[in-house]
This record gives sequence, structure tokens and C-alpha cells, in this order.
Amino acid sequence: MGKRYQNRIELLQGTLDMLILQTLQWGPQHGYGISQAIRLGSGEVLQVETGSLYPALHRLEREGWIQSEWKLSDNNQRVKEYRLTAIGRKQLASERSRWEMLTQAIAGVLKTAGD
Amino acid sequence: MRLPWWKRQQARELEEELQSHLAMAARDREERGAAPKVAQAEARREFGNLLLVSETTRDMWGWAWLERFTQDLRYGARMLQRSPGFALVAVLTLALGIGINTALFSVVNGVLLSPLPYPHPEQLVSMFESKPHFQKGSFSYVNLLDFQQQNRTLAAIAAYRPAGFTLTGNGEAEQLQAQMVSAGLFSLLGIQPVAGRLFTPEEDRLGTTPAVILSTELWKRKFGAAPEVIGKSITLDGSSYLVVGVLPGELQLYIQNFRKTNDVYVLMGQFADPHFRDRNASWGTDAIARLKPGVSVEQARADLNGIARKLGADYPEVNKGIGITMLPLKEEMVGDVRPLLLVLLGAVGFVLLIACGNVANLLLARSTTRAREFAIRSALGASPLRVIRQLLTETLLLAAIAGAAGLLLAAWGTQAALGLLPASIPRASHVGLDLQVLGFTLGITVLAAVVFGLAPAIKTARPDLHQELKEGGRGGSGARHRAQAAFVIMEMALALVLLAGAGLMIRTLAELWRINPGFDAHNLVLLGLGLPPGMAHATPAALRSSLRQAEQAIAGTPGIQAASLSWGSTPMRGDDEDEFWLEGQPKPASINEMNWSLIYVVQPAYFQVMKVPLLRGRLLTAEDNEHATPVALIDEDLARRSFPHSDPLGKHMHFNSLGKTVEIVGVVGHVKQFGLDADARALQEQTYLAMMQTPDDQMAGNTEADVVVRTALPAVAAEDAIRRSLQQLNRDYVIFGGESMNAIIGKGLAARRFSMILLAMFAGLALLLAAIGIYGVISYVVAQRQREIGIRIALGARRGQVFDLMLRQGARMALAGLAIGMAAAFGLTRLMTSMLYGVKPTDAPTFAVAACLLCAIALAACCIPARRATRVDPMVALRCE
Repeated sequence: MGKRYQNRIELLQGTLDMLILQTLQWGPQHGYGISQAIRLGSGEVLQVETGSLYPALHRLEREGWIQSEWKLSDNNQRVKEYRLTAIGRKQLASERSRWEMLTQAIAGVLKTAGD
Repeated sequence: MRLPWWKRQQARELEEELQSHLAMAARDREERGAAPKVAQAEARREFGNLLLVSETTRDMWGWAWLERFTQDLRYGARMLQRSPGFALVAVLTLALGIGINTALFSVVNGVLLSPLPYPHPEQLVSMFESKPHFQKGSFSYVNLLDFQQQNRTLAAIAAYRPAGFTLTGNGEAEQLQAQMVSAGLFSLLGIQPVAGRLFTPEEDRLGTTPAVILSTELWKRKFGAAPEVIGKSITLDGSSYLVVGVLPGELQLYIQNFRKTNDVYVLMGQFADPHFRDRNASWGTDAIARLKPGVSVEQARADLNGIARKLGADYPEVNKGIGITMLPLKEEMVGDVRPLLLVLLGAVGFVLLIACGNVANLLLARSTTRAREFAIRSALGASPLRVIRQLLTETLLLAAIAGAAGLLLAAWGTQAALGLLPASIPRASHVGLDLQVLGFTLGITVLAAVVFGLAPAIKTARPDLHQELKEGGRGGSGARHRAQAAFVIMEMALALVLLAGAGLMIRTLAELWRINPGFDAHNLVLLGLGLPPGMAHATPAALRSSLRQAEQAIAGTPGIQAASLSWGSTPMRGDDEDEFWLEGQPKPASINEMNWSLIYVVQPAYFQVMKVPLLRGRLLTAEDNEHATPVALIDEDLARRSFPHSDPLGKHMHFNSLGKTVEIVGVVGHVKQFGLDADARALQEQTYLAMMQTPDDQMAGNTEADVVVRTALPAVAAEDAIRRSLQQLNRDYVIFGGESMNAIIGKGLAARRFSMILLAMFAGLALLLAAIGIYGVISYVVAQRQREIGIRIALGARRGQVFDLMLRQGARMALAGLAIGMAAAFGLTRLMTSMLYGVKPTDAPTFAVAACLLCAIALAACCIPARRATRVDPMVALRCE
């Protein structure tokens, strides 16, 4: 089941991972918070589907890049918060540099193509 | 959905995590001013399919596949429980296929695949001295010693030949089965004695104390397994032998000239007999060798052929043209049965494929009724892959049950097959269910599940959603029907190949039984005679008289119509040959340039016993005795080859080894010496000599003879009756090995009979399964088209037309299967060539009969559902809507 979501995860694979790690750089956050942060941070352009978000969170946790912890929220609700680990930080750095290389490369191609 | 305990906590946490997400999203919306109910509904909508999110997330945990597998398995088990009829038929069909495959593979595994039970079996080779006339000739013992000393590639060579001895001094005189061997034979094979020791090389020469090793069986039977017998002496043929050791029961050497069971083993090197001292004599002596580590068979062959060339140059008169035939020992043991077993394995593979075809069709038919179920599952978000996995799990479950049942069937079937296995199939004692066989069963079970499960699964997983849901599971049958037809066509084709194969074997056996062996095989019994041990050192005259007395006593036994003693060759049993040149020709320089003939040394009554017809001249008479001119009879083959343009009668032949000249007095019919399916390349010329005219120097020590008797008594009764009358003469006469000629001929045909019976059984099974297959499909078509048939009948179609319509569907499938099967059979029956006799692998009548039989059975199977179609009541059919 879930072919519909799997396609999207594939599409966003590295990118979604990077966005989650980037969001967690500012401090621990729960799933809903992360999706809101990405939505707001992208000026409402990027909508992270829950069907992609939660599998990604659980996968990143298994990779050891993030850690989770149950906390009580402001209105006394149990929520699961994710926190960046040391290797997660390294992973974020390498993904960022790869991303920058990629965007520069694409921009370069677009520029020459545009001329 | 039940999860294992270690997953439940994790699942609860995930549930809570997702619920908290929903709660937070709803609260955000409320804070922005939405009504609580609206906020919750919107949050849910935005969230999407909660179950699906939780399942995709769980996939990230690892063990998801296992979880889903057990889930599918439980679901599959429920589905099977719900349709026990389908499950039973499918499981039985598959179990049958898997069972016979496992049984036959266990035979192939035991006979062909399992290694020989000796250390480093790959180093063991079988060796023969090849001569211009015999590729696998016997070694001359003197030559063998030269090969032993001069080779550089072999760790050891050991010779062996069968022999017989009379044991006296331990109760009643008894004929023992013996094997003369080189001292190194047992250590070469890595066989350990159970008591005492093996032979030493020092013992293996003339002038040493005669030594003997007992078999465990004889040790127990005659000596109560007493260890004290080692170091004592026993009397064989009147001579004393020192018992040095006891060997385990079966040595598992399934090779020519080595008996399966022996009573005693003696050393070849201790015999002064000219048979072992004359470079020209080769007395049924073959050899086994062990290659030095790292030496290939080719290297060893080249090495020994070099020695053979040197021996040919050194002793041209006897060794010119000799060479070495060398092949791996296992090849020598099982090479002959390999094609037979592989053909049978192929045949059962076909049966399994047909069984798979039937089960696939059952699944396809069932998928019609389940189409709605899967349409709903797809609509709820199940991907086609997921549905295929679910269906494959179900079929795997089916196959697993069938595999287990098949294994039980095989355990029983293997025992049955072993009962049917002819003694001529070597290594049958190695056959059993072991790890390799279990692995094979597991393999074919999984393979079968994929073969019969995949097509229906794919068909089911890609339904046209709208169509299925709308039609309520009745439509969309076209593609399914085509798939079913394809399976049935394949089944028909496979069944035809098996029928053709079985037909060819039946024709082969019929051809063989029709062959005239050249003598009357009915009411003919063969036995062995041992004169009293005292005769070993008797004069030739005393020996002749003893032989005559014995023959008279045998012929006078109540129930025995005629009897003759004989030496040399015995049809279907053993051969002996000598080289000759004709009177008036110069003696050829080397024996390999002389003519060869099979030699039968017989008494006058031989021709009455065997009923070999006289063609010209006269038969032997009592006057052809030691005082008369030596005479001979020749067979029509020798007459044709050696006297193509002249009359053989009155001509003389000079026999080289026998050292005598004989006058030809008669020509008799040719006898099939080497079995009914005799290899045409084997030596065929035959000469009969008079036993009493054997030169004095060759009479000495000949205390054994073969006996042929014509009697209506069974072999055992004849043997007992003869023993009684002989023992009145002298209680030290030994009579043994009584066997009827028909039994001997039957044994020669046993391997072919075995494969005929099995192939016929498999073909019958294939035919039955294919008939069930075509019956099932036509039944399905009739059920599917009930409404159409009803309309046709309502519109005035005659019942006969409906019947024809349905039958034509079946005929089309049967004919397509026939066409494919014919092509396949033309290609495949060629693999059986070595098993056939007197019939070509593409024998047209056999193929035609197979095709007609298949057609008839297929149409008969279609008639039942076709008739059902004619009874469709148009009102009922239309009211179904």
C-alpha cells in the first residue's frame, strides 16, 4: 500500500530530509511543528504531506541523525519531539553543500540555455 | 491487525504521535476562528488517510515485510478454509506432482549425484585393456603387472576377476562366490577390515602361503562371527587357505566382473594357473586405479597408453594394437543408466508442470469470484504489487501444504520405486530422503508456487475497477479465459510428449520380446556344477569320467528332459573367445590380426537342450570323444564371414590359445550371445567344440562346469532335484546358481521395462491431469456463457448446435496442444535414442497413436460440460440476471 506517497517521498527524498534537519537546527520540534515551520519558511509554497513526513522522521531516527523524546506540550498534551544529533548535524552540512552544488549547476545550465 | 508484542508498544506510540498531530492542527484552526467540528474535519482532510500514513511509516521500522507476510499468510489460510473443495483438489494435484518429482530425484541423487563412498572418489578410475576387437577388453595379468610397475601417474592399480571355490570341511560342501584381487585393491578403495587385516603386497605372489579374506556374511554364517577363525585355515577347492581378515558386507563396487556380494577374496598373484602367467590370456580381469593427487584422467591415460605402445612393440605377437581405456569409476558404474534416469526426471518434471497448469486454472476460475474482493481492496488503496504479493503468499501456502504432502508421498513412493528398480540399476542402496532431496523438494515447491501463482495473481491484480464493481464480478472473463486456454494447450502439449515417449518404450519392449534369441528360452534352466574337490588333481581321464557321470545323473533326474555340461560361453550370461586362422592360410604374426570367435565347449546333448537349429552337416555325437578327430560346429555368422564363397564343411580351423586344430562338421543357427538387444559391434561369430575333445593339458583343474537343462520345473525345484540325484553319486558334488533363461533375459530387459512402466505411469497421469484441465476450462466457459447459451436456445438454436459449439472450443485447444506437442516430441524423443530398440525416436505410428489417444481423451473430457450446456434452461439462465 501507499504507492501514492512513496512516489512523493522518492521525489523529495534528499530534499525533505535536508529540510527536516535544517528545521531541527533551531531546536527540538514535533512533527506538526516541523510541517508548519517548513510551510511558513517556504512562504506557503512547500506543503509537506504527513504521509511523507512521518516515514521520513522515523527513517532519519533509524539512521541516527535525529532522536525523539516524549514531552508535555504547553497545554498538557503528550507530544513526540525530535532533536538533531551530532551526526545529524554533519549530515545536514554535507547535504547542504550538495544542494548548493546542484542549484549552482542547474542555474548555470539555465543561464547558458537562456542566452 | 495483530502485531507481535515487540511491535505493539511502538504502534501505540505512533498512533499517539499522529493523534497529537491532528489535535494540534485542529487547535490551530480553532485559534484562527473555526468552529471545533469544522476545525477537526479540516485537520483530518489535510492529514489524509490516517491508516495509510501509519502503515507507510511502519514500513520504515524494518521487519515490515515479515509482519505483512504473516498477515498475508493468516489471510490466505482463512481463504483456503473458506473453500475447502478447491484447497483439497489443488493440494492433491500439486502433492502428486511434487511427490513423484521428489521420489525420482531421490533416485537420481542417490545413483548419479552422490559421491562414491570412498575417500577422494574423484581420483578413482576404471581401467580396461583395449584391443582392436574390444574397447573394454580384459587385462592380461602379466601386462597388468608391467602397467603397475612402469606408470608414473597412478598411486595404485588393482586387478580383480570373479571366481568360484568349493568350501569343504565346514559342514556340507558349498560353492562360494569369490573374487580374485590384487593385494592393494582394498587399501586403494580405503576399505577397512572388520576383523584381522587386509592382504599385504608381499603375499601377492607365487610360492607364499595362500591367504583368504572372508566376507562378514560368510564369517557369521559359517563361523558364528568368531574372531578365532583369523589365523586358522579353511579348505577351498581342496587346498588350504589361511584366513587373514574379514571385510564389511557390501563393497558397493557396481562394476562388471566384480560381484555385488562375495563370500571370499583371494590373491590373484598366488595362482600358478597359465591364465595368469601367459601374456596372451586375459581372463575376465579388469582393474581399478587411483590417480596420484593432481593428475588428470587424460594425463594418466596418455601415460598408460605410452606403456601399452611399448608393450605392443616388445611383444607384437600378443600385444600389437593394445591400448588403455580409462574412465572415472563413477562413470563406469552409472554411465549406462544416466540417460534413462534423466529422461524419467524430465518426464516427472512435465507431470509437475501439468499439475501446476491445472492449479493455475483453478486459481484463475476462482479469481472470477474474487474479482470483487480485490477491486474493493484496490479501491481502498492497495497497490497491484501488494495484491500480487497477497495472492502469491496464498499460493505459497498452498504449495507448502502440497510440498509437505508430496514429501510423505515421496517417502512412500521411493520405497515403491526401489521395489521396481531393476537390480541392474547400480547404487540403489544409496537412494533415500536426505538433505539434498529435501532442498530439491523445497526448491520445486517454491518454483511451482511461482509458476502456477504468478499468472492468476497478475490477472487478478489488474482488474478494470469500474467494470468489476459495476458488473458485480461476472464480466472481464475474456482475458482470463485466454490464460486458461493457454495453460490447457501447454498441458496437452506436455502430455503428448510423455505419451509419445511411453509409446516408444512400449514398442521397444514389444520389439525386444519378438526377437528370436536363436534358441528356445522357455523351460530352460542354467546352473553351475562343482566336481568333488578331490578332482582338482585328478588325471584328465578321471575328470572326463567324473563329468560324464555327473551329466548322466543330472539328465536322469526326474523332471529333467535333457541336460548338457558346458564350458566357455553361455548365452546371455558369460562369454569366452579365442582367436583362429583357417587351414591353408599362413599363421598371422600377431593375435590381433587373427579372426576371433566366441567359444562354446559343449556336450552332444547341448543342441537338444537349447534347441539351436542345425542348418548344414551334422551335430555333435557321443562318438566325438577324446579318441576321435577333433571336430567343431560353426554358426551361420562365422560361415558367412570366413567362408563367403566356399563350403565350410570339412574345412579346418586352427585355434591359437586352445592350441588345437578342428574339422568343421556342421553349421548351426546364430545365437544372441549378449542379450536380445545385443550390441551389433560385439563379437558375433560362434564356434562349438566337443567338451570331451578338450586337450589333456587343458583338462587339468577344470572342476567346474556350467549346466543347461531342459525342464518344466521352476529353477529352484530343478536345482533341488538335481542336487538330490547328484549327492547319491557323491556327496561332495556341488550344484548352485540355478536360474531360468527367461529370468536371465528378463533381467537384461529390466532397465528398459522399468523405464517403460514408469514412463507409461507418468504419461497416464499426465493424460488424466490434462483431461481434468480441459474439462475444467470447458466447464468454466459453459458456466460463463450460460446466459448467452440460454438466449441462443430461446432464439431457436438446436441443442446439437450448442453441443458442437462447446465441443469445438475444446477441440481447438486440444489441436493447438497437439501441434505444439508434436513439435516438442520430435525434438525431445531424440534424447531417448539409447533406450530404444528397433524403433526410431520419431516413429510415426507411435506419434499418431499418441495423438489420437490424447485427442479422444480430451474430447471425451469436453463432452460432459458440453452436454451440460445443452441442458441449459433458457428461462432459468435469463432469470439469473
